[in-house]
Amino acid sequence: MLETIWFALWGILWAVYFALDGFDLGIGTLAPFVARSESEKRIVYNSMGPYWNGNEVWLITAGGVTFAAFPKTYAVMFSSLYSALLLILFCLIVRGVAMEFRSRFSSGAWRKFWDSLLWIGNFGPALLFGVAFANLFRGILIDRAGIYQGTLFSLLNPYGLMGGILFTLIFIVHGSLWLAVKSAGDLKERAGRVAGRLWFALAAAAVVFLGATYISTHLYDNYLIVPVLFVIPLAAVAALVGMLLFIRQAKWLKAWFSSALFIITVTLFGVGGMYPNLLISSIDSRFNLTAFNSSSSPLTLKIMLAVALIFVPIVIAYQIWVYRFFAMNFNGGEAAAGKSAPKMKTA
Amino acid sequence: MDTLMLSRLQFAAATFFHFLFVPLTLGLSVLLAIMETTYVRTGNEEYRNMARFWGKIFLINFAIGVVTGITLEFQFGTNWSRYSEYVGDIFGSLLAIEATVAFFLESTFIAVWAFGWKRLSPKAHAVAIWLVALSSNLSAFWILIANAWMQHPVGFVIRNGRAELDDLLAVITQPFAWYTIVHTLSAAYILTGFFLMGVSAWHLLRKQHVSFFKKSFRLAVSFALIFTIVEVVQGHMHGGEVAKIQPTKLAAMESLWETKKSAPQYLFLIPDPDNERNAVEFGAIPGALSMLAFHDFSAEVKGLKAFAPSERPPVTFTFISFRAMVVLGFYFLVVAIIGWIRRNTIEDHPALLKVFLFSIPLPYLAAEFGWMLAEVGRQPWVVYGMMKTSNAVSAIAGSQVAISFAAFVLVYTFLGIVAYYLMWSHARKGPADEAALSGEADEEVGYA
Repeated sequence: MLETIWFALWGILWAVYFALDGFDLGIGTLAPFVARSESEKRIVYNSMGPYWNGNEVWLITAGGVTFAAFPKTYAVMFSSLYSALLLILFCLIVRGVAMEFRSRFSSGAWRKFWDSLLWIGNFGPALLFGVAFANLFRGILIDRAGIYQGTLFSLLNPYGLMGGILFTLIFIVHGSLWLAVKSAGDLKERAGRVAGRLWFALAAAAVVFLGATYISTHLYDNYLIVPVLFVIPLAAVAALVGMLLFIRQAKWLKAWFSSALFIITVTLFGVGGMYPNLLISSIDSRFNLTAFNSSSSPLTLKIMLAVALIFVPIVIAYQIWVYRFFAMNFNGGEAAAGKSAPKMKTA
Repeated sequence: MDTLMLSRLQFAAATFFHFLFVPLTLGLSVLLAIMETTYVRTGNEEYRNMARFWGKIFLINFAIGVVTGITLEFQFGTNWSRYSEYVGDIFGSLLAIEATVAFFLESTFIAVWAFGWKRLSPKAHAVAIWLVALSSNLSAFWILIANAWMQHPVGFVIRNGRAELDDLLAVITQPFAWYTIVHTLSAAYILTGFFLMGVSAWHLLRKQHVSFFKKSFRLAVSFALIFTIVEVVQGHMHGGEVAKIQPTKLAAMESLWETKKSAPQYLFLIPDPDNERNAVEFGAIPGALSMLAFHDFSAEVKGLKAFAPSERPPVTFTFISFRAMVVLGFYFLVVAIIGWIRRNTIEDHPALLKVFLFSIPLPYLAAEFGWMLAEVGRQPWVVYGMMKTSNAVSAIAGSQVAISFAAFVLVYTFLGIVAYYLMWSHARKGPADEAALSGEADEEVGYA
């Protein structure tokens, strides 16, 4: 039971990470194509500035929880995905530094340099997280001893690449909606237009990916056994449709929330389909690492559950407070999130 | 080179680099909180300007600390998978608790603080930086508990072929963990004090912003003095604890080969590990090592030869790290005392100011030597007495690690240069004047 609870929490942490940091990854990927003037670039940076660090901690927590609750999975997964994971980490390093340091350089060449780092630092993880998760759904070449028999390039199979494309599209749409919330004027319009157009590409990619998933993975098995679970993919479909409706009405914040719900349900759909497996071996299913054969001791799981139940709600509470605190766009325009947002004194 | 050596080098490079930025975050967050609180209580604008000026340096420094921290957590899985699998039940939990309890708070409120100069009342703004100070130090607390567990594992049982948690309280409350915490935090506060004193000295030598930097200096020198005293006293007790629980580290840091009763302390010696002796020994103080380690002039101290060569740490490394750290520690004490005595007329002592200016890098060195002693001195164990480092490494191709190691060196070197360039160019600019300040946009102090 404890193992199952932790499996669910594990999936939720990833889902929340993607829903939050996803907009940073998307905006960074999109930035060179929508932000033209220096002031527009500034808005782009400021739309992520106060949030990216807090968002990234969800990734650190997802990693930490894998380590604490499923140490064997943590060991095998992270060493197997060595190159992909380190690439992601280097990307996250340079995008963080670009975010923090760009404004401290006044020369155009330096700023361009940071802009390119921002792009690669967000696009890289957007793509690679997709490739990695698609491969986790499909299974990777893990042998009996938990040693990876493939290379970085074995991850770049067609299904993995499809996952990469899907994730990238998801994040770009997610990011463009956030940017539409946080900006004004031309930039807002451009961001909204990107979201509206890419929605169709996203929907198409999602349908193709779901089809390929049926062929390449066993993700549907759990849903066929317990049909009530189909409520998760149905919620994803509803969120996707809702997103389009809100985009049409130019209700950007609502569209963003639909997108966040879409990301969460898509992640949970994948993770739920894997249950009880955390790491599937494509060599032999007997080598799979599951919530049961790779978990920590019951004592550790209990203690960590207590910590999570006390502190995660606190974290969520103050992060919501901070989002509301900054819930006005930085460079003019209307307040974005609700009437109770604190007033900003104009600088 | 093999996967093991490359992984060790990579982890060492990543931690050493990370720790170039962590101490200043730990100490400066506290000093910023003190400055802002003083501003709230006295209404003296100069303290607010101090928080803004030092706060900018703080943010540059903080950014590098944050981005280089994640790779450390993930490297346990990528490079040390057998370690992770064996001790994850305990060690992994401590890291997860750190992220949940402390790092979220720190990362969230640093943004509130950085972007909140105009949006928050001075009081609320001071609360934000107190939360950052509290959480960053709390973060260090959990990480150091995890490290102390590697130095001296307690509260576990070996079950199901791995170390499982048996008593979390024992892990958190073991004396060695608390020695490590006090020692490392004091080192961070000393480093911060010397950093502020050094930068202040640069401006005071040029007779610019005298009131501003004198105030900064006085705050920093008191801070540094308190914690150099704590460090020297505590360092002695810390050594005693090492003697008790890590005899091989003690023998290596003193380069003591033969087991001896009333072991002497040498003022100067050169280890000769190949021949299992010291090439030069000079200035013996009889019984001093026994006294320092066990508070008894006649106590027996185990020499390196009492342990199989495969169980000994690299002697020269350990020995030099220890000596250098201790010498620097006493240097900080002496200089801090002199600075404190002269604190009210500090601008009239150019020679002393120069000493402070050139002392900026020294606490960084001392901190890195301290970690070298702690980590290299623990070898060949990754968890002392429980698991050898050679058994902890992942079964991955060396070529992969060679590439990532090269990438670490390149990226980190670049980051280091950029960060210190930014910090230095900001530090020499000095505080912005009032007119510029009031016109300054929020973002100027914030991130982007």
